[in-house]
Amino acid sequence: MTEELKNNNEILLSIRGLEVNFHTYRGIIQAVRSVSFDIKKGETLALVGESGCGKSVTAHAINQLIPMPPGKIDKGEIFFEGKDLLKLSEKEIRAYRGDKISMIFQEPMTSLNPVFKIGKQIADVFMTHHKISKKEAWDRAVRLLELVKIPSPASRANSYPHQLSGGMRQRAMIAMALASPEPGLMIADEPTTALDVTIQAQILRLLAELKAEIEMSVLLITHDMGVVAETADRVVVMYAGRKVEEAEVHDLFEHPGHPYTLGLLNSLPSNEKYKGQTRLEAITGQVPDLLTIGLWCPFENRCKYAKDICRKEFPEKTEVEPGHSIWCHQVGKLD
Amino acid sequence: MVRFLIKRLSLLIPTLLGVVTLVFFMIALSPGDPARVMLGERANKQQLETLRAELGLDQPLGTQYGLYLKRMVRFDFGKSIKTGRPVMEEISNLYPATIELAFFAMIFAATIGIIIGVLSATRKNTWIDFTSMVGALFGVSMPVFWLALVLIMIFSVGLDLLPTGSRMNVRYYFESITNFYVIDAIILLIREGDPKYLSSAVKHLILPSVALGTIPLAIIARVTRSSMLEVLTQDYIKTARSAGIKESRVVYRYALKNALLPVITIIGLQFGLLLSGAILTETIFAWPGLGKWLYHAIEARDYPAVQGGVIIISTTFVLINLVVDILYTLVNPKIRLQ
Ligand SMILES: Nc1ncnc2c1ncn2[C@@H]1O[C@H](COP(=O)(O)OP(=O)(O)OP(=O)(O)O)[C@@H](O)[C@H]1O
Ligand SMILES: [Mg+2]
Repeated sequence: MTEELKNNNEILLSIRGLEVNFHTYRGIIQAVRSVSFDIKKGETLALVGESGCGKSVTAHAINQLIPMPPGKIDKGEIFFEGKDLLKLSEKEIRAYRGDKISMIFQEPMTSLNPVFKIGKQIADVFMTHHKISKKEAWDRAVRLLELVKIPSPASRANSYPHQLSGGMRQRAMIAMALASPEPGLMIADEPTTALDVTIQAQILRLLAELKAEIEMSVLLITHDMGVVAETADRVVVMYAGRKVEEAEVHDLFEHPGHPYTLGLLNSLPSNEKYKGQTRLEAITGQVPDLLTIGLWCPFENRCKYAKDICRKEFPEKTEVEPGHSIWCHQVGKLD
Repeated sequence: MVRFLIKRLSLLIPTLLGVVTLVFFMIALSPGDPARVMLGERANKQQLETLRAELGLDQPLGTQYGLYLKRMVRFDFGKSIKTGRPVMEEISNLYPATIELAFFAMIFAATIGIIIGVLSATRKNTWIDFTSMVGALFGVSMPVFWLALVLIMIFSVGLDLLPTGSRMNVRYYFESITNFYVIDAIILLIREGDPKYLSSAVKHLILPSVALGTIPLAIIARVTRSSMLEVLTQDYIKTARSAGIKESRVVYRYALKNALLPVITIIGLQFGLLLSGAILTETIFAWPGLGKWLYHAIEARDYPAVQGGVIIISTTFVLINLVVDILYTLVNPKIRLQ
């Protein structure tokens, strides 16, 4: 596996059989179960699924920011440029954080430190990873603020977070995430969820432009299929800690294969495409409890196509087209 | 910042006026004739009249208040009935000793308290955390006089390491300049190059500072711990970690600066309490401070002395509050820029 990855220059990040559990006093929460996917260089991969399905936990496993305890990465490998990140020491992984793997978060209001100037916060990241002077780091911070299109960046660098609007703060967050010479992977954990629609569009456009300018891959976490359609190259759909479908964005929207994906697409307000089909509207029923979840298909209790087999075991992968895989016992029998 | 300072300073005047007025009416309206109380049962009419005239008690209340305010502006508190010396002179001799003690006690309490608070927050639920918090519980519930006596028994009587009983080795010929002995000793060190004064002054400060500072230390440790625990769960801490910032820097810079906000308030409050509440410590260590003096003044119903002491202490309280507010805005840009 390692050899194959080393030889494959296309792939930046490869997650293999990741299992993350939270050992709480109530029991073991199986947050992520045997999840595997790759991110190619320069690609935007969207990780979608409803709240609590393990998107953030998967992303945080990459740079090991899961709170441990209670969290524990019990199985799996995460290869980044051919190196298994899970085998690195805390010090070694820290060298990746903010340098080759950076992150932006959902809440621009609370994700920046309220008592430091934003220029200082960005400069600090530079100084963590490079031997440069304070002045030089500050100048680079200002240049980054300019890159993310913050007006009058030199004076804005002197602002405190609360002096900026939500959209501006998210730009500042992005600037902070770019504070490395050539960012390898940017993990954007719901970067636009907390913003209103116009600002959301601006931020997504900014991310797209930056990607064209800087060679980086983006792992975009969202539960908004509209955002996926606009920005992603490929999509991984997760449900209750499992990967249930993976496809190029076009394929996914054209031929969704998993009943859950179908449900997600149908709940898009502007979606005309599936009008004719059996409309699933909102998906009924409850997400299973991750504490007691069994080994079979986790969507079984909400799936109107479920048969006996679905309650027995988790399905094998079915590759319906090259690059389009579905984990469902009922593939092709959905009509 | 300048605007904030001006605003804050101008607010000082009504506050101080309020304090001074309150003290005036507390004494003017207290039951009984102050002159009679001061001079005792056997004083004759002549003596009473003289004292009343001296204190202005024969004037109507309004006039008295006006005269009183005029005197207060000049920090003129009159003469002590017990000693006959000007109250302000006594205060300026004694208060520096109290301030010095309270200051060192607070430095001890704040540094150790913050360190303990941070350590137990970052090592939550380990033995370090448990030991510190049990220690803090002891710290707040320990009677000061008991701790003081134990300290004296161990370090002074037993091990003969540290002196007690005054502010400076009595055998040194030492004339105070500022009444802050540490400052005096530093001046002497510069002037005469002899460090013995400084070393003696600091040594004399250690035991009373520890005794006086233990309760605030415990309180500061607890406040720091809980504040720090809360800050460490904040999103911006996760941001800092995700940017690869070293954990020690995340804790001591990114988190601590935010966590210090409530701690600063506590430090100011505790410092004010130490200034007025050091009576026990001052008595046990024979520390010639204001607390002990004020205690005796109240006992003797030495009204001018009480008045002066209360006003000086409340004024310090108000000033400490101002300093806390300024520190607060220095740490928290949100307030500063409003
Ligand atoms: N610190 C934690 N302690 C215990 N359980 C946790 C912890 N963090 C996450 N989990 C569990 O892991 C599961 C997945 O959480 P995760 O944050 O990855 O969801 P998500 O897909 O990112 O959802 P959202 O869209 O709400 O952000 C949750 O159901 C939760 O129960
Ligand atoms: Mg999440």
